[in-house]
Amino acid sequence: MSDPAPLLEARGVTRILQEAVPVTLVRDIDLTIGQGEFVSVTGPSGSGKSSLLYLLGLLDLPTAGQIFIDGIETTGLSANELAAIRLSRIGFVFQFHFLLPEFSVLHNVLLPMQRLGVLSDAEMMERGHALLEELDIADQAKKRPDQLSGGQRQRVAVARALANDPALILADEPTGNLDSKNSEIVQEIFAKLVRDEGRTVIAVTHEVGFAAATARNVHLIDGRIDSDTRR
Amino acid sequence: MFWQVALGIAAAQLTHRRRQTIVSTMGVALGVGFFIATSSVMSGSEKDLTRRLVDNAPHITIKDEFRTAAKQPVYLAYPDATVKLTNTKPREYLRGIKNYGAIVEELSQQPGVIAEAALTGQAIVRYASKDVGASIAGIDPEKERHLTTVERDMREGSLMRLKTASQGIVIGRGMSVRLGLGMEDLATVVSPTGLVRRMKVVGIFSTGNLLLDEGQVYMLVKDAQVLLDKPFIANRIRIKIADPDDAEVFASRIESRWGYRSESWQEVNRDFLGLFAIRNTITYSIVGAIMIVASFGIFNIISTTVMEKRRDIAILMSMGFRAFDIQTIFLVQGVFIGLIGMLLGWGIGLVLLQMLASVEFTIPGMSEKQGIVLDRGFFQFALGGFFSVVSAVGAAWYPARKAAQVRPVDIIRGAT
Ligand SMILES: Nc1ncnc2c1ncn2[C@@H]1O[C@H](COP(=O)(O)OP(=O)(O)OP(=O)(O)O)[C@@H](O)[C@H]1O
Ligand SMILES: [Mg+2]
Repeated sequence: MSDPAPLLEARGVTRILQEAVPVTLVRDIDLTIGQGEFVSVTGPSGSGKSSLLYLLGLLDLPTAGQIFIDGIETTGLSANELAAIRLSRIGFVFQFHFLLPEFSVLHNVLLPMQRLGVLSDAEMMERGHALLEELDIADQAKKRPDQLSGGQRQRVAVARALANDPALILADEPTGNLDSKNSEIVQEIFAKLVRDEGRTVIAVTHEVGFAAATARNVHLIDGRIDSDTRR
Repeated sequence: MFWQVALGIAAAQLTHRRRQTIVSTMGVALGVGFFIATSSVMSGSEKDLTRRLVDNAPHITIKDEFRTAAKQPVYLAYPDATVKLTNTKPREYLRGIKNYGAIVEELSQQPGVIAEAALTGQAIVRYASKDVGASIAGIDPEKERHLTTVERDMREGSLMRLKTASQGIVIGRGMSVRLGLGMEDLATVVSPTGLVRRMKVVGIFSTGNLLLDEGQVYMLVKDAQVLLDKPFIANRIRIKIADPDDAEVFASRIESRWGYRSESWQEVNRDFLGLFAIRNTITYSIVGAIMIVASFGIFNIISTTVMEKRRDIAILMSMGFRAFDIQTIFLVQGVFIGLIGMLLGWGIGLVLLQMLASVEFTIPGMSEKQGIVLDRGFFQFALGGFFSVVSAVGAAWYPARKAAQVRPVDIIRGAT
């Protein structure tokens, strides 16, 4: 890797909601994640796992601290600049698939590519098909999301997250809605993305098995990092 | 590239809720259609009436009277004094415009101005022992052609024949029928002072206006002067000017120059023109209300879509769509409804105009059947289309902004 800067770095990241009673979602998070790392984030319900993931993915803004992506400081960037970084460098997978119901599976995967507008139409189609192939749902390409099983939908969501070839995949309980068999399939997909494609995956999970399979585990309690262990 | 996505998403959302889209588009289309129909009827009748007012009659008529009664000499001599005179009698003066030849001469020198001295009065036309009361107009046929539309309304003979025939008259179709008086017949014309002349019918006109067709008689000024026993007198100077809109100014200039009461066509038809303004206000308010109702329809559909599509908005934003992109997606839906509504509205407008054009009816006092005069201008269509697109964009604006303000974190946290 030519770029010496880590893929993702958080320094003293704190997010406090200014409500009638201020709510601290996460506090003083220091975290450095390099390329090709597979990180699981665990912790009790309400410990701030989702909040941390939104902050790292530039969906939410910290009230204090800095987040660097590829060495670029994101503090102070405009909403449009943050959107541009999300578009080309970050892929999200959530517990709910969030596929657009009016569009076919393939079209859903094409949306981020079309928005980025780098590839030609033919190249996009090719890449879309290749991604569906990779996730073993190529035969479902023309169907609508509601005609798919839960596991298939989640794989489409992963394909969509990969559309613009992002280095960073952020997943919030991606297997939370799946049965154990589908859960294993999705876990294996993430492992492959890291192992074979050198992507970085940060996955929030409740599943002990999932966490155990990752090389690094960050455990949160009450919005703070309780432990950060590598295997 | 961005447009491909924005249009694609907008189109997908519109077609997904097909029925609501069709209903709100029809709302706009009906608004546009009725706007076109109403405004072409309104504008058509206004233009038609104005044209008639302007073409059928002189732009300005100078009369042999004064706007205010002449003051007693004592008031003029002592303008500041407190004087009260009772039992005074205004001086009698000979009716008629003094020196009308010079006035006509001077007016005619101005470019685009046609001025004609005329003598009007009353007489009785008698034929085959039947009488009809008539308004006599002593005119100059050469100029009358330009001043009024009577020449266009000639059905037999012509106005110009007055010049060649001796003692000729031109009468209306109504009078001709009532008296059984045809072309080349000799009628007896009796003046109020008892003068009797035999005059030959050299032309018959029909204007559609019962009053004129039964009661108007044209002859040469000199014949009128003899008949009415007013030698060398004219009591009207009738004027046409280049631009009818200047008539008011022109009339007041004439009045201050010569003192005679000068009436512009606007002054004569003041109440008519005022009526147009009121009528336009009412119709355009109603049409405006239709458009507002139509835009509520659009507002409704876009708002509902935004509410129901919050998850999609959130995921698009997390994918990297900008707030502006989201706003555009929903604004485009408004524009689309506006544009389709406009096209359909044009179609509805054309059909309505076609139907209106085939309507015929009889107005009391008019002898001929009338159709609705339509102003089939490009303008009505352009304005209707403009309104529909503007109201559609206006209606979509607020919900589209709301969509752009969705905070993806709130939605995503709630959905998982
Ligand atoms: N909008 C909000 N208003 C008030 N409190 C909030 C809000 N959003 C989050 N919180 C609180 O912040 C804390 C962290 O929430 P977060 O969703 O990050 O937890 P989590 O670790 O993802 O939990 P889970 O495992 O249940 O998903 C929770 O206590 C939550 O109640
Ligand atoms: Mg969570």
